[in-house]
Amino acid sequence: MNDDLYQQALLDLAKAGHGAGTLPSPDGTALRDSPLCGDRVRMQVVLEDGRVKALAHDVKGCLLCRAAASLVGLHGTGLNAEEAAALSEQVAATLAGAAPPPGWSELSLFEPVRPHRNRHGCVLLPFETLHAAIIESHKQV
Amino acid sequence: MTFQAAAWRKHFPLLANHPRLHYLDNAATGQLCEAAFDAVTHHELTHRANVLRGTYRLAELADSAYENARQQVAKYLNAASDAEVVFTAGTTASINLVAHAFGEGLKAGDEVLLSLAEHHSNFVPWQMLRERRGVTLRILPLTTEGRLDLARLGDFITPRCRLVAVTHASNVTGAITDLVPVVAAARAVGARVLLDGAQAVQHGPVDVAALGADFYAFSGHKAFGPSGVGVLWGKAEALAALPPFLGGGGMIGRVGAEQTTYALPPRRFEAGTPPIAQAIGLGAALDWLREQPWTALNAHTARLAQRLIDGLAVLPGLTFIGPRDMRERLPIVAFDLPGIHPHDICQVLDERGVAVRGGHHCAQPLMDFFGVQGAVRASIAPYNDEADIDALLEGMRDVIRRLT
Repeated sequence: MNDDLYQQALLDLAKAGHGAGTLPSPDGTALRDSPLCGDRVRMQVVLEDGRVKALAHDVKGCLLCRAAASLVGLHGTGLNAEEAAALSEQVAATLAGAAPPPGWSELSLFEPVRPHRNRHGCVLLPFETLHAAIIESHKQV
Repeated sequence: MTFQAAAWRKHFPLLANHPRLHYLDNAATGQLCEAAFDAVTHHELTHRANVLRGTYRLAELADSAYENARQQVAKYLNAASDAEVVFTAGTTASINLVAHAFGEGLKAGDEVLLSLAEHHSNFVPWQMLRERRGVTLRILPLTTEGRLDLARLGDFITPRCRLVAVTHASNVTGAITDLVPVVAAARAVGARVLLDGAQAVQHGPVDVAALGADFYAFSGHKAFGPSGVGVLWGKAEALAALPPFLGGGGMIGRVGAEQTTYALPPRRFEAGTPPIAQAIGLGAALDWLREQPWTALNAHTARLAQRLIDGLAVLPGLTFIGPRDMRERLPIVAFDLPGIHPHDICQVLDERGVAVRGGHHCAQPLMDFFGVQGAVRASIAPYNDEADIDALLEGMRDVIRRLT
């Protein structure tokens, strides 16, 4: 069922680590843990006019989590809180079988994850943490 | 396949339905044995009724079956009396029962001693008790290979210690606790001893009298019995000293509008309708287990565990989470391969029909001790054989080829 779960494109996306690292002066930082597997994502953002101007993440997690975080690093700038929240829901929907939202075509790499419900959280965690970091930034203002 | 493994496999219907499955997650759940399956089916088809309430014949049959299960458990544990056997929902429920009922008698400054190797089920209830009662938790450290550091017991058991709650055997490292010094140290300060037996009972009958503990907790589903049932064994005088935990039907003497008197143990701790069929299944499983040739079976599983350890040891960078020898340990082997997440390893192994567990194993303090986020764990039962171990080892070579 999961013959192509670890397809090369997904491995490459994880390895690329887009956005991996830390920001010197983030407006907001969020830390989220997966209670199931202990994966941990730290996401930092700098906002401009309520939208993500820069982001960085530090992931201690599986390949799926690292690939998802890398995807957030690739396309996450420009989002506001509302759009980030909607994105998390769209990612969940994509994992359930919907088409990826516009601009996030790489989410199709996670299609083989669909039957493995226990691993959906691995993919969702970086997206949820991005939203949390934006919310945290608003609290700091 | 050795004779014992082949013979054992025949007693586990699921394994016949999955002939290509390499099931090595027995520390999470053992497969249901035929004896338990038959007992549950027989009960539900012929004796199903509520227990300890009805006066009609069917209810009396159910009563007899349920109380017979209590006797079967008592026999497996070498308990002094079946009245010392409380049916619960599982190990977690058993430990929570003690944390609440025994914890009622504790006050700020009283101490509970745990170890760093405990399952979350033997950490969290005590942390919650600390919030409620202000007790102090002391955590016994570990040796470098993950065993309880018994040389330091004297530093951690003080005259304020009221309870020592430790694992009989770790669900991650497989290390069996040397209980003699633990019980002696507890007795020296008048503390009770609770053992988490979730991993131990499925490897042969337990002699609670010889262990010298006051409470012993375990689950049915790990002992080749049904899920949803477990046991809290308690010495008669230790149980008698406890107030009830949950209130409701079945645990009372008499209920008045203003006041209630409580039943004697074990019923005092079995509020509401108990897991009747599950208890009957567990009793049957333990009755069957009691008759097994454990010396041969444990030698078989130890050989398999050693084969696994030897095979894994040659993989570059692999580290074992726990002892590397089979001295005083269960056939549970946990390991970490730096750079590859345990869940990714398990997923690739699953493609080959190898079922192992990856993650923190509900033992995050132990993971922190070993400096890892998680681990892969293979846990072996007597129905496993060399083919299961070799499939895992071959799968690991595939993991390294594909994910590094």
